[in-house]
Amino acid sequence: MIVVKDLSKQFGDNKVLRNINEHILPGEKVVIIGPSGSGKSTFLRCLNLLENPTGGAIYFQGTEITAPKTDINKIRQQMGMVFQHFNLFANMTIRKNITLAPVRTRLMSQEEADETATALLRRVGLADKADAYPAQLSGGQKQRIAIVRALAMKPKVMLFDEPTSALDPEMVGEVLEVMKELADEGMTMVVVTHEMGFAREVATRVLFMDGGNIIEQGPPQEIFSHPKEQRTISFLSKVL
Amino acid sequence: MFQSLIDWLDSIGSRFYVAFLEADRWQLYLQGLAATLEMTVIALIAGTILGLLVAVVRTAHDQQMPGRRRNPVLGALNLLCKVYTTVIRGTPMMVQMLIWGFVIFSSSRNKILVGIIGLSVNSGAYMAEIVRGGLMGVDIGQSEAGRSLGLGYLDTMRFIVIPQAFKNILPSLGNEFITLFKDTSLVNAIGAAELTYYANRVGGRTYDYMPPLIGIALMYLALVIVFTWLQGKLERRLRASDRR
Repeated sequence: MIVVKDLSKQFGDNKVLRNINEHILPGEKVVIIGPSGSGKSTFLRCLNLLENPTGGAIYFQGTEITAPKTDINKIRQQMGMVFQHFNLFANMTIRKNITLAPVRTRLMSQEEADETATALLRRVGLADKADAYPAQLSGGQKQRIAIVRALAMKPKVMLFDEPTSALDPEMVGEVLEVMKELADEGMTMVVVTHEMGFAREVATRVLFMDGGNIIEQGPPQEIFSHPKEQRTISFLSKVL
Repeated sequence: MFQSLIDWLDSIGSRFYVAFLEADRWQLYLQGLAATLEMTVIALIAGTILGLLVAVVRTAHDQQMPGRRRNPVLGALNLLCKVYTTVIRGTPMMVQMLIWGFVIFSSSRNKILVGIIGLSVNSGAYMAEIVRGGLMGVDIGQSEAGRSLGLGYLDTMRFIVIPQAFKNILPSLGNEFITLFKDTSLVNAIGAAELTYYANRVGGRTYDYMPPLIGIALMYLALVIVFTWLQGKLERRLRASDRR
């Protein structure tokens, strides 16, 4: 579904990603772990071109999205993204947050979008918040709505950029719960996170990144129980 | 010495009577005030639109993704906008007004309209910088979220960034309105019939400039105080809605 070839990214002289090759299949739940500054967020943000790679190519369902003439808006409509800081639109109600993109991109009429929003909000238990503004909600509620907002576009893959890192500890659970449900429904997911429990339970594949490289990857049992690389071992010993 | 002070005070009443009440002159001031307010409001709206256009072009240019090929049309527009703001902000308002009135539109009879154009173009340049600051002040995460959903640059600006920027720059817009209101008196230089123009004329007619000029100064001041008060009220209301 997503093919990454020789991807590299540098900010000035700082090489953040070094020739990464990766292939993400439909239905996979790929969890990326690694120390901060290892390039995992940058890698994720390259997948929908929020960061522009300095080298290499990325293909999404056979289309080279890094080609200059590709309509990146069309591609992004099929890739949902959830941010660390939620980024709900502060000037709109929750309903408007969810329906804006489907309506403006002509995916749905306003009525269809409103129905979708209601159904999705009910699913995450926030139907009563449809007319609230983001400032009135807790962090956990905001993040659940951010997930719903991305889902309203009916994406083929969901990208999560440290979705629980900005939350109070007691709110982490409710967000992970929604993500687990999504995984159970078969959504293709790429998740950057520090939640090792989530990685172990939900991931079909874990990537360990450090210094702009993918050092080691494999099924969670293998990575967490029998890591091979020294850097993986020392990282896991610090976080587990 | 006291006697002369008392004489002067004694004459004040009648001098103001001549300047404002005799021959129904107060009607002239009202006419002038109406023209002044009309120019202020129209120039503020036109200036805001102009400033918004310039600000969007300049931020769009500055936020182009590094690495991708730069858009040449945007480059040309950006240069044009830069020249515009530099020229307008780098020359005195009075000189600009004289150029509009006696060089560019020297044969026009509608001096009020010429004044509005001059004020709008001037205010647009300052407004552009205010709006640009407002656009840059909106958290980058807001537009990233919009773009990640597949919305285009213009839709993201229109529905997400500009409304939030507008709220943040309202105090500066209020100040610009007050500046603009006072700057309308410069339009007098090209013979447009606004408040200062009528005060000047009454002064010439009655050979006594003190009462009409002090009079209109008080009028400008009173209105500015009212505007400032309204602006403060509006800001307090907007801030209250932030805390919801």
